[in-house]
Amino acid sequence: MSSDHSTYQPATGFGKWMDSRLPLMRLVHDSFVSYPVPRNLNYAYTFGGILMVMLVVQLLTGIVLAMHYAADTGIAFQSVEKIMRDVNSGWLLRYMHANGASFFFVAVYIHIARGMYYGSYKAPREVLWILGVVILLLMMATAFMGYVLPWGQMSFWGATVITGFFTAFPGIGEPIQQLLLGGFAVDNPTLNRFFSLHYLLPFMITGVVILHVWALHVTGQTNPTGVEVKSKTDTVPFTPYATVKDGLAMSIFLMVFAYFIFFMPNFLGHADNYIPANPLKTPAHIVPEWYFLPFYAILRAITFNIGPIDSKLGGVLAMFGSIAVLFVLPWLDTSKVRSAVYRPWYKLFFWIFVANAIFLGWLGAKPAEGAYTTMAQISTLYYFAFFLVILPVLGLIETPKRLPNSITEAVLAKKGGNGGAAASAAASPETRG
Amino acid sequence: MKKLLASIVPFALVAIIGMSPAVASEEEGGTPHYPIHHLKELSWSFAGPFGTYDKGQLQRGLKVYTEVCAACHSMNLVAFRTLEHLGYSEDQIKSFAANYEVEDGPNDEGEMFTRAAIPADYFPSPFPNEQAAAYANNGAVPPDFSLLAKARYVERGFPQFIFDIFTGYNESGPNYIYSLLTGYEEAPAGVDIAEGTHYNPYFISAASLAMAKPIDDGAVTYDDGAPETLDQYAQDVAAFMMWAAEPHMEDRKRTGFMVILFLAIFSSLMYLTKKAVFSNKEH
Repeated sequence: MSSDHSTYQPATGFGKWMDSRLPLMRLVHDSFVSYPVPRNLNYAYTFGGILMVMLVVQLLTGIVLAMHYAADTGIAFQSVEKIMRDVNSGWLLRYMHANGASFFFVAVYIHIARGMYYGSYKAPREVLWILGVVILLLMMATAFMGYVLPWGQMSFWGATVITGFFTAFPGIGEPIQQLLLGGFAVDNPTLNRFFSLHYLLPFMITGVVILHVWALHVTGQTNPTGVEVKSKTDTVPFTPYATVKDGLAMSIFLMVFAYFIFFMPNFLGHADNYIPANPLKTPAHIVPEWYFLPFYAILRAITFNIGPIDSKLGGVLAMFGSIAVLFVLPWLDTSKVRSAVYRPWYKLFFWIFVANAIFLGWLGAKPAEGAYTTMAQISTLYYFAFFLVILPVLGLIETPKRLPNSITEAVLAKKGGNGGAAASAAASPETRG
Repeated sequence: MKKLLASIVPFALVAIIGMSPAVASEEEGGTPHYPIHHLKELSWSFAGPFGTYDKGQLQRGLKVYTEVCAACHSMNLVAFRTLEHLGYSEDQIKSFAANYEVEDGPNDEGEMFTRAAIPADYFPSPFPNEQAAAYANNGAVPPDFSLLAKARYVERGFPQFIFDIFTGYNESGPNYIYSLLTGYEEAPAGVDIAEGTHYNPYFISAASLAMAKPIDDGAVTYDDGAPETLDQYAQDVAAFMMWAAEPHMEDRKRTGFMVILFLAIFSSLMYLTKKAVFSNKEH
């Protein structure tokens, strides 16, 4: 990370000795103490730190759970119950890990929505954004494989359905599916490789997170105005300003997380997963975890053939496409203005997009029949139209509000009210810290 | 731009509103939804953030289980030693376990043998394997009791499932068990049910199930003066099954209270610190 702003002064003799050999403390100091952040960051910007905490929670609980878990179809279910009943605080570890996955996704979806709202993906932060989408993909793979490990009914049938997607691809589909499964159906080899990968992927996530933070520290953070940092008065040092704000947000986030762990531990899971996997008995409704539901709804919305593409392949392509489109988002948005605060129309379409995504999630939990399918098709259409039509066109025809000249001007105008037009432009609640 | 939007929005609204009756009518006419009735909801001693198990009730539930349900239903994941949670002493558990025979071995001669169970053993299954269980029960395997109270959840629909977060509703399982046990009735005229099955409008996946009404008034003798009625039996065994599925619930809620309390205090301090840090900085 760049050291042009380094203010690190080793205090001790050992510190000086170390600093001239391996400046690790300098790196930490420059990245998390003296690192300048925009002074107007609001609480939407605290989710990066929260995600870091969640990653550590998942790693630590996961490593201990793996000490007690047995990846064998004959005993996997019982080994999880052994953790729940006999391992000291095993119930706590498992409920933390299972609900931790959900809260990881809660935080990441808010983090992504913040990035979209404030235009954080725009130049020069395209690589930062793409790395984030890579993390999202890795998280999804990890979460999916983790859900298979307890070897309940939904584990087994979820794995069967999701690996079945790959058979939609002509030619290469079935070999890919067999490679994933280690056979022709979900069985012991599947469970073993999923366990292995479920342990591997979080460390790959950690690696990409390091790149993500590195890229962030090269370009610097965006802020609610979307105006780049121009002078020293625009920023505050990371510590104590961002540390204390992130700490408060984390503490409140952990409180909600704790409420679910201790008082609603099974609310976000599926009751059928407390029934041991039975390859001969299909559950009435096979439903993925809540964080996959919008994508599941998109998959099932494609019920018609498009030329040579049959509906099954079309659904799979639409589902993968719904994530893939995020990779090119920086080039789809033609507007020069970053923040939705100064883009009235974009702001409207963004909130419709959020509502639409939640609606898709609700549809994903409903049976794919009748009016639900029609609604899912309309919602899927909006999902893609937002990226492929609205964003490119809106940037060309929308008239943005007047931007403040600097972060400092926006902040002072908001407080003092002496900035005239600038004050009204910046006084919307989004800029409040 | 405004015109374009003005023409799209009403259209979208009409489309969405127009669809909701379509959904409703389909639910009536299309595939029926099970269970037919909404669950009966009881107020359980273990509900809510400070809920605890009623030990007397769990002991009665254990009695119902061992004297009635255990004839068909296994409870493989529950060890005798854990009955200590129900308020039994070590000696009581030893003599309770000794009522059961478990297979052990092989011995020095390579033979399997049976012996009286000890507290470290698990409740033995009434059938040697799943096939035997299915054969004896008209093809339907009686489900294991260990996790049943967590393995049955009846959908509550939007927006109820949102409210459930705030009210802390975790009692779908015991409500379901209670409703099922007290819900047997004659099939209404016009409802065809498969032969050998029994109509129950609370059954989760069909109009009828293979299990006949398993228990009725007076089937089990209580020694603590609790009413010997179907209603009481159903409540007691449902509570017992909740304990079997979630034996560390009291511990969990107690720990949770301390954790939330700590985080609340910590958050308040963080808030004051944050205010102090930012007091000299417009942001």
